[in-house]
Amino acid sequence: MRLAIQLAYRNLIGAGLRTWLNVIVLSFSFVVIIWLKGIMAGWDHQAKNDMTRWEIGGGQYWHQAYDPFDPMTLEDSHAPIPSALSSEIANDEAEPILMVQGTIYPKGRMQSVIIRGIRPGQTLLDVPTQSLDTLTEVIPAVIGSVMARTSRLEKGDYAVLRWRDVNGTFDAAEVLIADIFASNVPSAEAGQIYIPLEKLRSMTSLQGQATLVTFRDPEPEREAIPGWTLKTKAELTKQIDELIKTKTTAQSIFYFILLLLAMLAIFDTQVLSIFRRQKEIGTYIALGYTRQQVVGLFTVEGTMHAALAAVMATAYGLPFLLWQAKVGWTMPMDTSQFGMAIAQTLFPVYTVGLVVTTVLIITLTTAIVSYWPSRKIAKMNPTEALRGKLQ
Amino acid sequence: MENSVIISIEKLVKQFPMGQGVFTALNEIDLTVQKGEFSGLIGPSGSGKTTLLNIVGSLDAPTRGEATVLGQPISKLGPREAARLRKENLGFIFQSYNLLQVHTVYENVEFPLLLLNIQAAERRKMVMDALEWVGLTSKEKSKPPQLSGGECQRVAIARAMVKRPSLVLADEPTANLDAANSHHILQTMVKLNEELGTTFLFATHDEKVISYLRRKIYLLDGKIDKIEHVAVNDTVPS
Ligand SMILES: Nc1ncnc2c1ncn2[C@@H]1O[C@H](COP(=O)(O)OP(=O)(O)OP(=O)(O)O)[C@@H](O)[C@H]1O
Ligand SMILES: [Mg+2]
Repeated sequence: MRLAIQLAYRNLIGAGLRTWLNVIVLSFSFVVIIWLKGIMAGWDHQAKNDMTRWEIGGGQYWHQAYDPFDPMTLEDSHAPIPSALSSEIANDEAEPILMVQGTIYPKGRMQSVIIRGIRPGQTLLDVPTQSLDTLTEVIPAVIGSVMARTSRLEKGDYAVLRWRDVNGTFDAAEVLIADIFASNVPSAEAGQIYIPLEKLRSMTSLQGQATLVTFRDPEPEREAIPGWTLKTKAELTKQIDELIKTKTTAQSIFYFILLLLAMLAIFDTQVLSIFRRQKEIGTYIALGYTRQQVVGLFTVEGTMHAALAAVMATAYGLPFLLWQAKVGWTMPMDTSQFGMAIAQTLFPVYTVGLVVTTVLIITLTTAIVSYWPSRKIAKMNPTEALRGKLQ
Repeated sequence: MENSVIISIEKLVKQFPMGQGVFTALNEIDLTVQKGEFSGLIGPSGSGKTTLLNIVGSLDAPTRGEATVLGQPISKLGPREAARLRKENLGFIFQSYNLLQVHTVYENVEFPLLLLNIQAAERRKMVMDALEWVGLTSKEKSKPPQLSGGECQRVAIARAMVKRPSLVLADEPTANLDAANSHHILQTMVKLNEELGTTFLFATHDEKVISYLRRKIYLLDGKIDKIEHVAVNDTVPS
């Protein structure tokens, strides 16, 4: 095997330009695939991280009637906070949130919203609720940048907010946009308006009630609370996994085409060299190789393209990949309009597993593609190979 | 004298498929070659010289009959055993040199020793010895495309001889060389035959080669036509 590697190396380097063209194409596949996969892993990481920070914390208890996809359920999805959670809430380890349907009239237009009552002093989520602590005669409110754009509201603007209390009676009051935040979490922003929890409770006569309770500690061992559904962090971020899985599947086609191009080049080189190097093949046999050993030699030679490509990819790809991980990749279009949890700048995350699997898959594919045409050598007649007369 | 026989051929027949029937390239050949001989198969084109040499070299199998080389019956050898026979005991010299083009002269000559797993230090010494025999020590770092035809063939001889095989098979070794180079090559081989006791078997129709042979085996249409011996004290042309 050492001899085969040594020989294969000399032959490859001796083949010159053709070898380097193959190696360049292949090394490009290495770098692009690792980078793209790194971006996807970085996206997954970022999206989950943002969701944790801005919306779900370590997990949530939902009122059993609550369904985020059906705003109509909000009317019934509230209940007094279960006593099992009161000590965590008192210690700021959990945050009750009350959600009520409403309508906002920014500058005379109309938009339905979900009013989220949240404690101004909370530290669990990054939502700038301290801005809700301002003393004004109107209701202080905080919104996300997506909501700010759709409603064309700016910080310091006033708008009329209308809601129904527990008895179904309409009421309205003015709100002041005290702050605007950007979270990359569409569900925490789009159509959401945050106001002080106690204010919302008194507006709706839902004293001591909540729609959901977000807790800080993601420890999975949590007891069941009657009337409330436990939603773990894993469940709540499942949609991100699914989103990324769909995107990854779409990317696989791209990887496939990239690899196909590289493999075609190598296949072609192998076929050509087996045809052109018949005399050499005959010579190896005359010098004491079996035909199987020559097949092995040519397979090693083809596979070595992948090894050289890995070296080349390290030379120019490693600095690039590290630089990307540091400065991130900023998408040329405004990602907050995508309606999915994606940051403007993604920081690729490369794991050892990602690099190792990519290298293994490419090397294995190269080995198969190199072996395939080489099998032909096993059927060659050595005397005819020596004369170089095979077709 | 039994153990001094290196090649023993009995009723050897080689046929090739041709259209509907077969073409008989070798027809009932009987031949014995002793160790240390410097002999050659002589005959016109198509007489079967290469075919016979290839069978002796275990690159091809007989259709009928047997060729026993160094005690090994060629028709009964499997691919591994045949490869081993070539690797350990046979040297080949071809008309078109068949050097590995991207390897240096040194690496070309070293190749058979790598197959034999010989240690680096010993390998180096053996390669340098072989290059010395053919007078090419100064070219060890050159590659075949930079060498003349005569130099290439000398590299090929060094490669065939480096492991000191018992038997060297040379198929038209001078066909691509001019007269001066041909004589140089042949003198080198005669010297190696005398000093190392290596058996040489040629296939040729070149008069220059024929004049060096101690035994001339004439082939005609796949049969041995006649065999001529040259007395030991006969002078060899210089
Ligand atoms: N693989 C083959 N298939 C069919 N016929 C073959 C094959 N190899 C050799 N022959 C035929 O066998 C005969 C002997 O061929 P061989 O190559 O042994 O001749 P040779 O004496 O070496 O001739 P030359 O001096 O031209 O090299 C020729 O007629 C050739 O056409
Ligand atoms: Mg011939």
